[in-house]
Amino acid sequence: MLRASSPPGAEAAEKAVVFRGVSVRFTTERGTVTALENIDLEIARGSFLTLLGPSGCGKSTLLRVIADLIQPTGGSAAVLGHPPEVARQNREIGFVFQDPALLPWRTVLQNVTLPLEVGGGKARSGPHSAADLIKLVGLAGWESAYPHELSGGMRQRVAIARALVSGPKLLLMDEPFGALDEITRDRLNEELLQVWASTGTTVVFVTHSIYEAAFLGREVLLLAARPGRVRELVPVGLPSPRRLAMRESSEFVALAAHLRRVLETC
Amino acid sequence: MSDHAVDARSAGSAFEDDAAAQANYLAIKQRLVWRRRLLPLVAIVGMLLVWWQAVELFGIRPFIAPSPVAVAHVLVARIDTLMINLVPTAIEAVLGFLLGNMAAIAIATAFVYSRTMEEAFFPVAVMVNTIPVVAKAPILVLLLGNGMSPKIAIAALVCFFPTLVNMTRGLRDVSKEQLELMRILSASPREVFFKLRTYNALPYLFSALKIAASTAVIGAIVGEWIGSTTGIGALIISSTYNYDSPMLYATVVVGSTFSALFFSVISLLERRVLKWHFSISA
Repeated sequence: MLRASSPPGAEAAEKAVVFRGVSVRFTTERGTVTALENIDLEIARGSFLTLLGPSGCGKSTLLRVIADLIQPTGGSAAVLGHPPEVARQNREIGFVFQDPALLPWRTVLQNVTLPLEVGGGKARSGPHSAADLIKLVGLAGWESAYPHELSGGMRQRVAIARALVSGPKLLLMDEPFGALDEITRDRLNEELLQVWASTGTTVVFVTHSIYEAAFLGREVLLLAARPGRVRELVPVGLPSPRRLAMRESSEFVALAAHLRRVLETC
Repeated sequence: MSDHAVDARSAGSAFEDDAAAQANYLAIKQRLVWRRRLLPLVAIVGMLLVWWQAVELFGIRPFIAPSPVAVAHVLVARIDTLMINLVPTAIEAVLGFLLGNMAAIAIATAFVYSRTMEEAFFPVAVMVNTIPVVAKAPILVLLLGNGMSPKIAIAALVCFFPTLVNMTRGLRDVSKEQLELMRILSASPREVFFKLRTYNALPYLFSALKIAASTAVIGAIVGEWIGSTTGIGALIISSTYNYDSPMLYATVVVGSTFSALFFSVISLLERRVLKWHFSISA
């Protein structure tokens, strides 16, 4: 296993994320699993990267290493020029889970402002107010509703607004629309790109949908499973702004076909 | 962003105005509410009638089973005796309830933060809980004397266990994502406790408190069975020995009415505190 001799330095500050030989191994009763093996990765600031791969390829683990939810067992990671722990403590990371993880006893507005209340002195408001973000995700008028009064898609919109409220430079999304129906998912995909455009934040988006990965990403990072490793980084040449109808273009179809072919060998 | 967001539209726009249909719907709903309220009342009145007629018809002697009329008579005529005896029982039950639950909440909090504490003391709590109330009572009377304190201790003990179990679970059963969210927000352990775990535990706590409200009263009454001269428990014992069945039944009615009231107070409190929780099931 390769251990980077020097931590990612000054050049890493230009990047949103830099991985040098990152490995993650878990030991359980059934043995040891290498979730990620020797990952080298650079994510430019302001980009939109989708992580695509079969289950067990470590895409969620990779996201959790960036968010400092999992510490790598080998190699080194830098997030916005800092160790992940510092980036997390500086409130530079927003995270959206597959489960919206809203607090059911808080209203929409109270859920969105949660990040401003916790974390001691580090809590600070981003450039967009909570009210603006609720409007941005299309929930104006629902501020005082409780999570159970909302549909699945609306709950995920709340989770996105909450992730953005402290103005993170990096937004990490772990299959956020995986549990939604296709119509809602398509709509949220399009809206997410508008949020990305209006906030300028870097987005790393995990999905197991080929179409979602190709439609959203400026680049698609394909991961292979057992052990989790980088298979291929595929640039996406679709024009901006993306429209759902583009998925019928020959360019998109060819891209999706390519991703599928690579996935079959993962 | 929301120009075509159908599911994010304000609630009003999804509904049409149809006054007749709306009125009809509300009338049906209202009828169902009254049905649910009246049917148990009808059943109770019916059972009282059957009981009364059975006593009259078969000529059952009053000390074996009094007629409901005799019980009602005692309830009115000797209400002052009944109330004087309810007071100590109510005080014991309420104080025991407060003490037992506060202790359970404190220990549950300790359990959540220290596995060692839980592994050491949870089995002890289970063992104490397996001792029946009637066996705990004489031990506590010997330990604490003959005043109110052994009864309060018994009431507290019977409240303690369900609350301990529920509260520990409620504080611990926080979703993995919610905990990860708090970590991403660099929340302190204190913030995780007060902003996440305590709220998460509230529904669990209230279901335990509702159980405790009735068991605390039982605990106090059983405590009074042993060498006590006042209280609902003492009245039950003395009226049994005197073959004063109407008084015995009247005492039971007073005791369970108090128990039901205590339970209702906790239920009301629950509905107020857990607004977000109750509108889920509604």
